[in-house]
Order: sequence, then structure tokens, then C-alpha cells
Amino acid sequence: MTQLLPAAFSPGLVLIVAGILAALAPRMGRNLLGVAGVAIGFIHLLSYGNAPVGEALHFAQSSAMGFEFTGIRIDRLSVIFAIIFHIAAMLNVIYGWQHATRIEASMGLIYAGAAIGGALAGDLLTLFVYWELAALSSVFIVWAGGGHAAFKAGMRYLVIQVSSGLLLLAGIAVHIGQGNGIAFEAFSLTQADGSANAAAWLILVSFGIKAAFPFLHTWLQDSYPKASAVGAVMLSAFTTKLAVYTLARGFAGTDILIPIGAAMTAFPVFFALIENDLRRVLAYSLNNQLGFMVCAIGIGTPLALNGAAAHAFVHIIYKALLFMSMGAVMVRVGTTKATELGGLHKSMPWTTVFCIVGAMSISAFPLFSGFVAKSMITLAAAEAHLLFAYLVLLFASAGVLEHSGIKIPYFAFFAHDNFAPSVTGRARPKEAPAPMMIAMGIAAFLCVGIGIQPQYLFALLPFEAEYHAYTLDHVVTQMQLLLFAILAFALLVKFRLYPAEIRSTNLDVDWFWRVPGRIGLMAAVRGTAAGWRRIWGGLRRLAGGTVRSLYATHGPEGGLARTWPVGYTALTTAVVLAVALLAVFFAR
Amino acid sequence: MSLLDHLPVLPVVVPLVAAPVCVLLPKGRAPWLFSTLITWICFALSAALLGVVLQEGTLTYYLGGWAAPLGIVYRIDLAGAIVMALVSGMAALVFPYARSSVEYEIGNAQSSAFYGAFLICMTGLLGVVATGDAFNVFVFLEISSLSTYALVAMGAKQDRRALTAAFTYLVLGTIGATFFVIGLGLLYQMTGTLNMLDLHERLAGQDNKVVRAAFAFIVTGLGLKLAMFPLHRWLPDAYTFAPSAVTAFLASTATKVAVYAMLRFMFTVFGFSTPFTEVAFAFFLILGLAGMFFASFVAVFRDDVKQMLAFSSVAQIGYMLLGISFATEAGVAAALTHVFNHALMKAALFMAVGAVFYAVGSHRLADYRGMGRRMPFTAACFLIAGLSLVGVPLTAGFVSKFVLIRAAFDATLVVPSLLIVLLIVASSLLAVAYIGRVAYEMFLADPEPDVPPLRVPMTMLVPMGLVTAANVYVGLDGEAVVSVATRAAESLLALSFGGGAF
Repeated sequence: MTQLLPAAFSPGLVLIVAGILAALAPRMGRNLLGVAGVAIGFIHLLSYGNAPVGEALHFAQSSAMGFEFTGIRIDRLSVIFAIIFHIAAMLNVIYGWQHATRIEASMGLIYAGAAIGGALAGDLLTLFVYWELAALSSVFIVWAGGGHAAFKAGMRYLVIQVSSGLLLLAGIAVHIGQGNGIAFEAFSLTQADGSANAAAWLILVSFGIKAAFPFLHTWLQDSYPKASAVGAVMLSAFTTKLAVYTLARGFAGTDILIPIGAAMTAFPVFFALIENDLRRVLAYSLNNQLGFMVCAIGIGTPLALNGAAAHAFVHIIYKALLFMSMGAVMVRVGTTKATELGGLHKSMPWTTVFCIVGAMSISAFPLFSGFVAKSMITLAAAEAHLLFAYLVLLFASAGVLEHSGIKIPYFAFFAHDNFAPSVTGRARPKEAPAPMMIAMGIAAFLCVGIGIQPQYLFALLPFEAEYHAYTLDHVVTQMQLLLFAILAFALLVKFRLYPAEIRSTNLDVDWFWRVPGRIGLMAAVRGTAAGWRRIWGGLRRLAGGTVRSLYATHGPEGGLARTWPVGYTALTTAVVLAVALLAVFFAR
Repeated sequence: MSLLDHLPVLPVVVPLVAAPVCVLLPKGRAPWLFSTLITWICFALSAALLGVVLQEGTLTYYLGGWAAPLGIVYRIDLAGAIVMALVSGMAALVFPYARSSVEYEIGNAQSSAFYGAFLICMTGLLGVVATGDAFNVFVFLEISSLSTYALVAMGAKQDRRALTAAFTYLVLGTIGATFFVIGLGLLYQMTGTLNMLDLHERLAGQDNKVVRAAFAFIVTGLGLKLAMFPLHRWLPDAYTFAPSAVTAFLASTATKVAVYAMLRFMFTVFGFSTPFTEVAFAFFLILGLAGMFFASFVAVFRDDVKQMLAFSSVAQIGYMLLGISFATEAGVAAALTHVFNHALMKAALFMAVGAVFYAVGSHRLADYRGMGRRMPFTAACFLIAGLSLVGVPLTAGFVSKFVLIRAAFDATLVVPSLLIVLLIVASSLLAVAYIGRVAYEMFLADPEPDVPPLRVPMTMLVPMGLVTAANVYVGLDGEAVVSVATRAAESLLALSFGGGAF
């Protein structure tokens, strides 16, 4: 296939360049740059062609400092992630058409580019560069949320993301120290002699931070809801899914991921149920969805890995759709607190429909995209005879329906009508702006489209595995699950047993990071600063002294630089000759 | 014999014959026009010569048809052809530049003498490179040096200190030449020949006090000519007080030719057959490094930009000596690459200094304030050439430093290679310091309000722009220069490896 751009030029770089240019352009220019950048990047990606299953094409290979770099690796696993990242980037551009600030538009493109570049990176050092770039560009999106809370959340986010990068770098260094190349292939947590492989553990923790493993997850719920309406949509797509990709590449079939993933699916359910801020609910639900993928990666059979990739693909779309619908509410009403919303379906009917499509997708209703991917994972768990994991996943599926499938649309768009003119004395809020509607429409179309015609998605999957989404068995199991969950919700609401929406702050384990962690971090920072000041002061004194003495000798008045009388200079020449003669005579 | 067969000698003969004609021309523009034409012809001839040498290898020409060892032989290998093309090319750029600059700094009253001397100087420099006869090297060195003394003294119109500078240069240059010729005399006594190739053959296996003394005298003498630290005393003052055009030409050619002569004697005449050549390499290593740091430190503290650059030239010589001291093909190639690239950057820098002097009549640092706005083109050229001096990627200087560092890693040395590389990098940082001082004044310091932009004639700007562009071009396509330099180093070293048991 003919190449649009040089093969060594990663599609991610196209978006990064567009992002840098967008920082300088006015709004319409930013939008057009965004559309053009993503479109060119996408066409460029497609022009590589997809590799056959189990094989990889390598581009941008070079060697420097004794390392073999592979800038771009095209294989089934990397391409599916690169494609969905492009789709998400395009949705972001359209969604932010009117509302993205300069920083969000520009950094959003760079962030997407970094995620694409990271997914295509064939070696660890290239991955590290994109890994850090994703962290650094996305923190600006958090900060763009505005306000002190967003700033502090951004700082916490930055500290954690950069720690992840440092762990990755440390892991890479140990990995290279063990005599391995820098190619990014599967790691083993144990070495040949059975001892723990430090490099793999470091890298796993680094990936785990970005994938929001339990106890490492708090940055996600902390920062995403504090971003702006547009920013949250951008954030939801890339960081965690890049981590899922790296886990699938590096740690497929690592048993420890199964309990980790199962725990990730289960615990956010409870937090989500009692949380009042609906965007925070979505953040918890994002965490829960990641659990499915991590669990699938831990199972590691071809079917499970296909499920992880497919789930990541559809998840990005419907999670973006849900964040977009909440963003539209945010733009029109200014809040996403459940207690202050309700009845919006009367004035925002389209947003309501799109939100429900997203909710049905995430809840895995048949004919929606979530169904075709999620059942693949539960089936893989069952086929691997992992009863415990299977049950937890079932429980979590029901939980997803509770908090994302029903709670979000119900409290935002139905429940008690908080916006009736009779109550507020003002007109009802308007429907979402047109670009947001278009973006939501595209996402909703994709959700339904993939649900009805999953074979297009299946054609992209990384492994060969026999799977049919719409078997009687799958549909019946899922419908039973869903119907009973709906029944439970209805009963709970009916008998007023459902946890009431109250304005509250729910403590997560992030308290441990925020309070004692912060004290520890600040102490370390102050200690380092004091030590550094002492060293720097000493250095400065030393440097000042050196410069003074250098000036004394080399300065205009210095003995070494003054113009000497001819006689002295001639004498120097004689001395040099004498030295040369002696040296030559006594040379052996 | 057609004219083409005389090609090796023509670049030397043409300016030699033209110089007296130039002196006879009436004062005014005519000498300039005539000598500029001559330099262009010379450049065309040298370029043709380089083309022939690239294709056919080393050329040998018997002056007057007398074969060696009786007659004088011109022997032009690839390294020589490169240096000849460099010298005549620089002349072809500096002479157009000289018109306005010299009119401003010296006046037209002495123009015929000035351009005559200038042509003679060029003749000498080309002759040193072209000839294959050791005594002829001395003759041409003196031809170029004597005319240089006169040219430096011409700066007295602007600053009387030019006279002392020229006098010091005269004394030291003569001492250096004397050492050199004493060394030649000793060699002649031992071998009975002055032809370089014959010298090489007859010296093989000879190791006695006389040969050793000859070696020490020749290395010291040439070391003085190429301003090896601590024999560099003449250079900073001479470059500072000479007319701008002269400085631009000398800084880019004179020391380079001396470096070439040193290479010729080290590798063609003496070769590796004797233990004492090792001493010279150790000398070059130590003195090269010392010069890199000493001269850079002095340059940092100078408040006169021209003087700053003159000291920087001494430091840059250190890099070339360092390359030679590795005594490897890669090292010599690095030295040759730097000879070429340093000529490009120093020519551009001194031309920029001359342009500023033309506009404001001073080269003190304080007068550079706000030049970024007043003389944007000149300031930009200075900045680019300065970055090249520092060794920033995409400039010629980077290519030199890169090749030098690579050579340092490949060489087996007494000192750890890594240490040498660190020192190279550290001295580059010093270059950042002094170039940074000028750049700061030009671009960042607050200019005095309401100063008008300054105009400089196109004849000055165009050559300056061309040399600056050459800096960038070499930075982008460094491979061409490096590959030719490597071939040149091969041809230089082939003899010394082939001739003696190493």
C-alpha cells in the first residue's frame, strides 16, 4: 500500500505535531488541525496494513548507544488499540468543537498522540518516552478544569503518573542490566531459578498504577471528575487503556492479574453506589470496567485476550459517550451532583437517549456493544474453570448495571424534576450544543453498530479464537442477570432502601495517600530542598572563588593573558624548544 | 604539454605573477578588482585540481621538468587539494568582502600595496600546501609570513597597537621559521635530500641525535606557526589589530596551512618508524588540551569581541592538535574536518565582526548591544556561526566535534578516552560562555532607545551570508566532508604506515 508519510514517522507523531500547532492557532484553526491531524494519522496507520495474526511488522528501526530501537511495531494487538485511540481522539475533537480551551485542544491531541505512539512502540525506551509524554500532557487537561481543587488534584495526578514513569524506567534499567535487549515482549515475574524478577515486578507496578489497580487507583477518581466537561472525556480514553495494552503485551497469562482484576471489578461497585457526583460514579465504573480487562489478561487464553482487546475497544466508546452526556449536562446545568439533577429528559431528550444508549452498552444489553465484548471475558473465565473469578465478574456485571446502567440516567434525567420552571423560576436548560450532539451521536451509533454487527470488531482482534456473541446461552444468561438487577433496583427504590443521594464526601483509600502520604512526601521534598540548598550554596561559593581566581590569571590583567614584551615571548619559545629537544632525546 | 598538465602549479603561479602587476596598478578600486578576479581564477583552478585529485589520486609535477631530487617537485595529495581549495575559496570570498571594509579601515591610498601583499600572502599559503619539497615549504612559509606582517601592520590606521602586534609577530614568526630551517638543515646533512618522499625513504631506520634534534626543531618551528599553546603569543594581538578582512582570511587559512604542513612532516617525512614521534603526539595531546582550556578561559573574560574570537582560535587549534595526537586515521580525519569547518565558522564570525566595525567603528562588546535589531542579518550570521563554534547540531561545528569524539573513543591512548571526551565537551561549554556573552548583548540586553538600523554594503553581506550558509550546509550534509577528510587521512597515513615498521 502506498505510504502517505514516511513509514518511520509514527502516526502518534502526526497527532503530536498537530497538537503543537494547535497551541498557536485560533479556535477554528485548532478544530481543523485536530480533524486533519487525526484523519491523517488514521490514514497513515491504515497504510501500514494490518499484520497477519501472530506476526509483526517493524518500522523506524535504528540502533544507538548499543540499543536496538523499534519505533513502530504493527501487529494485531497494537493496531486495534491504535485504531480505537484514533476514534477516541476524533470524538474528542468534535466534542470539544466549541468548548475546548486552547490548552485542552492542544494537549488533548498531544495526549492522544502519545497514547497512539505508546501503543505502537516496539521497544521499552520508546514506550517510556510516550508513557511520560502521556502523563505530562494529560496533567494540563486536569488543570484546565480550573480552580484550586483541580490544581491540587492535578498535582497529585502528576506525582503519581511520574512515579509510574520512574518505576517503568527503573524496571527497564534492571531489565537491560539482566542482559536483555530493550524489545518490548512478554515478561516473566519469576526468573529461571524461581526467584522473583525485580525488573518485571517494577514494570508491573508501573503499568498497574496507570491501569488503576486496587490501592493504586485513587488518582483516577480524584482527577477525572475535576477536569472540565471536555477534559474528562479526553482523560477517560487513553491513560488506562494504554496501560491495559501494555499489560496485555507484557503480562498476558500472569495469574496474579486474575484476583487483582476481580477485586477491581468488585470494590468500585460499592463506592459507586453511594457516590453523589455522577462523573465520579463514572470514574468508579471506569475502574470496574478496567477490572474486566485486567482479569481477562490474567486468564491469558486467546479468547480472554481477544475479550480484553474487544472490551477496551468498545469500552472507550461507551465510556466516552457516558462522560460526554454528563459533560453536556455539566455545560448546561453546571453540576453533575445527583442531588441537584433530575427531570432533564424533558429539555435534553437527545442527550437522554444517548446516555441511555451508553448505559445499555456498559450494562451489556444484547444488541449493544458491551455485550459482545463482556460475554467474551466471562466465557473465557468459565472455560478456564475459574469459578471464583466467574462469580465475581457476574456480580460486578450486575453492579455495573446498578450504578452506571440505571443510576446515571435515572438520577440525571428522571427522578424528581429539579428544573421545572415552577421550582426554579427560570426556563428549563437547553439541549446540548450541536457539536456535542454530533459527537455523542457518532459514539451512540458505534455502540449500537458494534452490538448488531460485531463481526467487524472481531475481524480486528489479535488472536484466532472461535466465538459467537449471539448464542441462546449468552443472551439468556445476560438477560436473566439484567432483569434481576433491574428488579432489585426497582424494589430498593420502591421500598426506599436504595442508598439515598446525599451530599457527602466518601473516603476511599486515597486518604492514605493524601494525608500521611502527603506529609511524607512534603518531608522528603523539604529535606531534599534543604540538602540541595546546602550543596548548591557550597557549589556557588566554590564556583565564585574559581571564577575570581580564573579572572585573576586569565582576565585582561591576568598574567596569562596580558600582552608580554617580545623578549619574554621569545624566551617562551626557547623554553619550549628546550623541552622538546630534551623530550625527544630521552625518548626510547 | 597542454595547460591542463600544469594544473598543479597554476594556483600558485597565477597569484605570484599577479601580485607585482597589482602593485603597479593605480591606486583606487582597480587593484581590488584585479586581485578579486585573480582569486576567483585561483579558486576555479584549485577546485578543478581537487576534482582531478579526487578522481585520479595524488598528482606529481616536476617544476621545470627537473626530476627529483635535483628539481623541485609539486606533489598534491587529497589532503593538500582540500586545503588548497579551502585557501583559495576563502580568498575568493574575503576579497569581495574586503572592498568596503578596507576602504573604511585603511583608505584607498595604499590599495595597490595592500592587495599586492594580500595576493602574495595567498601565494605563500598555497605554495606551502602544493610543494613536495621540504625547503620549498620554508620558502613559501616565509613568503606568506612576511606579507602577513605587512598586512597586520596596515591595521595601524585604526589602532596603533597594530604596529607592536606586527612587530611581535615578525620576531616570533622569524624565530619559528629559523627553528624550522635549522631542522631542515640537520635533515639535509643526514640525508642529502630535501624532497619529502626521498627524506622519508632515507630517514627510515635512522635514529640518532641529529635526526632527533631536527625533529624537535621542526615540530617547535611549525608549532609556533600554527599557534600551538604556549607558542601562540603572536596570534591574539595580530588577529585583533589586523584589518578585519585580513583577520577573516588569516584566521580561516594561515594556521590551517601550518597544521597541514605539520601533518605532512609528521606523517610523510618522519612517519611512525621512530620512537620520538610518540613524544610529539604526547606533546600535542597535552598542549592541545591545555590550549583548549587556557584560551577559552581568556576568551570568556575579554571585552573585545575580536580579541575574544582570536583567543578562541587558539583554543580551536587545540582540537586539531588533539585529533592529530590520536595518531589514527580517524583522528587525522577529525583534525582535517575541523580544519575545514573551523575555517568556515571563523571566517563568518570575523566577517560579522568586520561588518559591525564598518557600521559602528568598534569591536568592543558594549557596542554590540541591540545589534540583533540594528543589524539583524549580521547578528544572525554571528549567532549561527557562533553556534557552529560551540558545536550545536545542524552546524558544521557539530560535525567536527562528533567526528573528534568518535575518534577519541576509537583510539587507544594513555589517558582514558572518556576523560578526553569529557574535556572536549567541557571546553565546548566555555565556548557557549563567550559566544553567549555576545549573543546576550546582541539579542537580549535592552537596546538603547531610538537607535537607527545600520547599513552595510552588499559586498560585505553576501560573502558573510555565503560562509554562514556553508556552515549550515556542512552541518546538514556532514557526511561529504567527513568522507573526503577520511580519504585524505588515509592517503596521508598510507605512506607512514607503509614506509616503516610500526
